[in-house]
Order: sequence, then C-alpha cells, then structure tokens
Amino acid sequence: MLEQLLVSLVDGLLIGFVYGVAAMGLTLIWGVVRVINLSHGAIIAVAMFGAYFLSTGFGLNPYLALPFVALGGFILGYVIYLVAVRRVIDAPPLSSLLATFAVNMIIIGIATTALTTSPYSINFSLGSLSLGPLTLPGTRIVASVAAVVVAAGLYVFLYRTGLGRSIRAVANNRAAAELMGIPSGRILALAFGLGTLLAAVAGGLIATIFPFTILSGGSFELKSFVIVVLGGLGNPIGALVGGLLLGGLEGLVPVFTAASWVPVIEFVLFILILLIRPTGLFAGRGE
Amino acid sequence: MAATSLRRLIGRFGLWLPLAVVLIIGALPPLTGSATLREGIFLLLMFAALASSLNILLGYTGYVSFGHIVFFGLGGYVGFWCLSALDWPLPLAVLAGGLAAALLALVIGLSVLRLRGAYFALATIGINEAMRAFVSNFGPFGGPTGMSLDFSVYQAYGGAGNALWLTYFAVLGLTLLVVAASYAVKTSKFGLGLLSIREDEDAAMVMGVRTPRAKALALVLSAIVPGMIGVLFFFKNGNVEPGDAFRLQSSIEIIVMVMLGGFGTVLGPVLGAAGYERLRSFLLTSDPFKSLQFAIAGVILLLIILFIPRGIVGWLRGRWPRLRGVLQ
Repeated sequence: MLEQLLVSLVDGLLIGFVYGVAAMGLTLIWGVVRVINLSHGAIIAVAMFGAYFLSTGFGLNPYLALPFVALGGFILGYVIYLVAVRRVIDAPPLSSLLATFAVNMIIIGIATTALTTSPYSINFSLGSLSLGPLTLPGTRIVASVAAVVVAAGLYVFLYRTGLGRSIRAVANNRAAAELMGIPSGRILALAFGLGTLLAAVAGGLIATIFPFTILSGGSFELKSFVIVVLGGLGNPIGALVGGLLLGGLEGLVPVFTAASWVPVIEFVLFILILLIRPTGLFAGRGE
Repeated sequence: MAATSLRRLIGRFGLWLPLAVVLIIGALPPLTGSATLREGIFLLLMFAALASSLNILLGYTGYVSFGHIVFFGLGGYVGFWCLSALDWPLPLAVLAGGLAAALLALVIGLSVLRLRGAYFALATIGINEAMRAFVSNFGPFGGPTGMSLDFSVYQAYGGAGNALWLTYFAVLGLTLLVVAASYAVKTSKFGLGLLSIREDEDAAMVMGVRTPRAKALALVLSAIVPGMIGVLFFFKNGNVEPGDAFRLQSSIEIIVMVMLGGFGTVLGPVLGAAGYERLRSFLLTSDPFKSLQFAIAGVILLLIILFIPRGIVGWLRGRWPRLRGVLQ
C-alpha cells in the first residue's frame, strides 16, 4: 500500500511540473495583460501536433523540436494579441474572454478539419529508471526536468533582465510604467507571447508522454485554471507549486477510489478555493 | 391624451415585437406540418429561451457565466429521472426540472455570486465541470452512459409523433414566457437595480440596492426555464448523458447569441439565437463549410466583439436613437 502510494505520488508529481508550466503561461498572461486566455488549450493542442510533425515528419528528436515549438507558440501568441486582444484590452472582462474564445474556436475549427479528432502519439521511448520500488519512465523524468529548466528560465528573465523588469512594471501598474517611458503596448504583446510560449512548451512535453487529439488541449486548459487558482491568479511561482499539488492529487486519488472521481474533487476544490481564498493558497499579505 | 396613450402603446411595443417574432417563427412548423422544420425550429426556440434567460444575468446584471448550460443539464437530468425512475407525468417532471435548476441557482447565487468579474466567470466553468464529473459518477443517474426512456412512455401522450408536437408547443410556450419575463424584469424597479449593479456594483450598494439578494434572484430567475427546457429536450431525445447535458460549448454558444443580438435588450437574444441557429444549419448543410463551421462561427464572434460589441439591437439603437422607444 505504502509502496503503491509512493509510486503514484512520484508519477503524479513528475507530470505536475509540466502542468505547472502550462499554468504559468495562463497566470503570466492574467498577471500582466489582465486577460484570461481561453485559447490556452488550443495552443497546447497545436503545440502537441507541432512536436508530432517535427519528430515524425522530420525525424527530429522531440526534445530538439521543443525550441521550435516554443518559438511557434511565441509567434502565435504575439499574433493573437495583435489581432484579437489589443482592441479589447480596456473593455469589460466579457469582451476579452469572448475574443480569446473566438480565437480558440478558429484554431480548433481549422485544426479539426485538417487533422480530424483521431488520436495521435509520438513513438519515442527513453527506457525507464528504477529506484528501489519506483520505476520511472524516462520521458516523464526528462519532461519534468525540462519543465523545471523552463520555469527557472522564466524566473531569471523576469527578475534579472531589463525586459523582464519592464514586464513586471507593467503588471504592477500599467499607467505608471507608461509614464516611466516603458512601451506598454509592446510589453503586453511580449507577455502574451511568453504565456503562449509556456503553453506550447507544456504541450510539446505532454505529447511525449500521453497520446493526444486536437481536443486534448481543453482538459489541460481546465487543469491550468485549477492550478492557477490554487497558486493565486497572476503568480507564476505559485502556479508551479499548484501544478505539483494537482499532479500529486491526480496521482494519489486513484489509489483510494475510482479515477473518474478525480475531476469531481479537482473542480470542487477549485470552487472552494475561489470562494475562501481567491488570492490563492500561498498569497502573502498585500497580494 | 391621445399622445400619452400612443406613447403607452409604443412603449409596450418593446414587449410585443419580440413576442411577435417568436410567435411568427413558432407558427411555421404547425402551419406547414413539416417535421424537419419542427426539429429545426425546436432548437431555435430552445436557444432563444436559453439566450433570453442568460441575458437576465449577463445582459442586465453584467455577470459573465460560462456555466448557463448547467441549469439545462441538471434540470434535464432530474426531470428525466422523474420520468424514467418514478414514472411521473411529463408536466410534473418539467416542474421538477425547473425546481432543481432554481435550487442550484439559489445555492450558487448565495455563495459563488460574491465573486466578481473574471473570478465569477472562472468559477462558473468550475461549477459546470464539477457537475458533469459528478453526474458521470452518480449511480442513480446512470453514470457515464446516462439514462434512456422506454419507448412505451410515449404511448401516454398519444404516440411518439404526438409527443414530439407536444414538446414543441411546450417549448414555444416557455420561450414566450421567458421573453415576457425578460421584458417585465427590464422595466421593473428590480430590473433597474440589476442594471445599476452592471454599471457600478459598489455605487448600487451605497444607493440602497440590496445587491446580494438582487443578484441571487436574477440568477434564480435565469435558471428556472432552462431547467424546464432541459427536461423537454431530453424527453424528446429519449436519452440523456453527461456529455450532452453539460456541454461547455453550448454555454459559450448561448453567450455568442446574446452578444450577436445585443446584450441587455429583450429582442436581442431572440434575434441572436435565430441568426446563429440559421447560420449554423446553413453551414452544416453546405459542403465546403461543413467541417469549418466551428471556425467560421469563431470568426463571426471575433468580428462582433471587435467591431459591434453591443450586438445588432444595440447597434440599431445607437445608430437611430428614435428606435430606442421601440426596441427594448
């Protein structure tokens, strides 16, 4: 029993890092641009297929394909911002929610026509690693390591570079940042692109672990919402911790009851946290 | 004297016009006797009712709900269970569905409606998904495969053909009811309170609007008819399953309809539902667009949001101010 628990927990935590990266993208966009990006899932799904075609079509190692997927995610997000989000940025939340959802419909509609909704998977194995009772699939380990590296990279970018400082300034107070000479339009587009880049990286990593369809992004988008609320909307580090919590939960719950109860528990938790602590579990004062 | 009565007549025009639109559309199937047309108009009326009821929360009160379909789904499930497990007659089952939806709305209204803006919108997604996941696990409701009706049930209503016409007229009646309720709310003091919440909730509170109670009441009002229509819809289909009852997609399509027609107006959601449904059935039946219909709907939504954010009726009212007395 204890062994089973440990195995499930570690399995869940490893995938939790990847969830965390997807959620960081969502929370970064909310924190800086003040938009809940409902095309998040579509971008994750497109990235899965990007990784698939780069690795099966061009025979690229899926991890070498990841930088290209990330770049594609960034460009896609930048374009989405310019076309759909920029005009509604100061409108009531309904407008930006619906604008990003419209983008989601367009992407999913076109991709469904091109790819159908049948499942795909990347045939790629790294063997597995045995540690005592634990047998960890190589792809999961690499995915979680890659997720941590990306998260660390984001942290360094936000806190150690001038551009990152500008992003944080706009997130704190857009009007004041503009008065300090920060080109807020470009910074918002950059932040949106960074958020979709993170979604794309998460998609590319998930594609090496699970089979997927063009509609798979939707469930990861919902997971990202739960994680973002766990960690506090707009808090990237909280998102990573929230990802681990959700991953751990997904690993542990099936040990005790049918796996189909996992979403019930997830979403009830989600609503409760929104009601009791809408700033997230780890928010300090003044958040 | 003549002027005031004329004005009163024109004033009421905001009610008669949407009712007439619904009645004219609704009269087409019985006049032609066409079963195909009836199925198409059934969906159109159903969405007109769902959009009009959502408008009470979204358009008047200014709260974005991505979970409106949860009332349709839960009401449908409860009513269906009454029909299949308890052998209740249809009218009682429909009432039970409406009651179940109203109770859920009351619970949500007293708890989750404290959240504002994007937080409330996110929570409604969570409510819909939690309900879907719960029903998929709930034994009495048939779990992931749902429930189905025995064909003999329709005998009590004069056979399947008659039962289909019966549900059609019931949905027509409910749609008229929602539109009338939507007008009544908009022109009442209660509705004025809702509109003031939409404009500035804190100011409304200071001015003496009991905002928590008004918001909860608005949500309950918007939930009852969707719950009843859910029962009729699944009774007509003969089966119900979680994926059909709690489709997040449908929630968003209902929002699109409200936005297309014009949020916060009585006529808008009806026009929006009619326009969107017609467009969808056109796209579904014309070959080059069939598979792209979802993407095209997305492009239309994006264009509305970016260029006519107040919808058709809102745009008309802005363009010709004289129409404001006529188009509510």
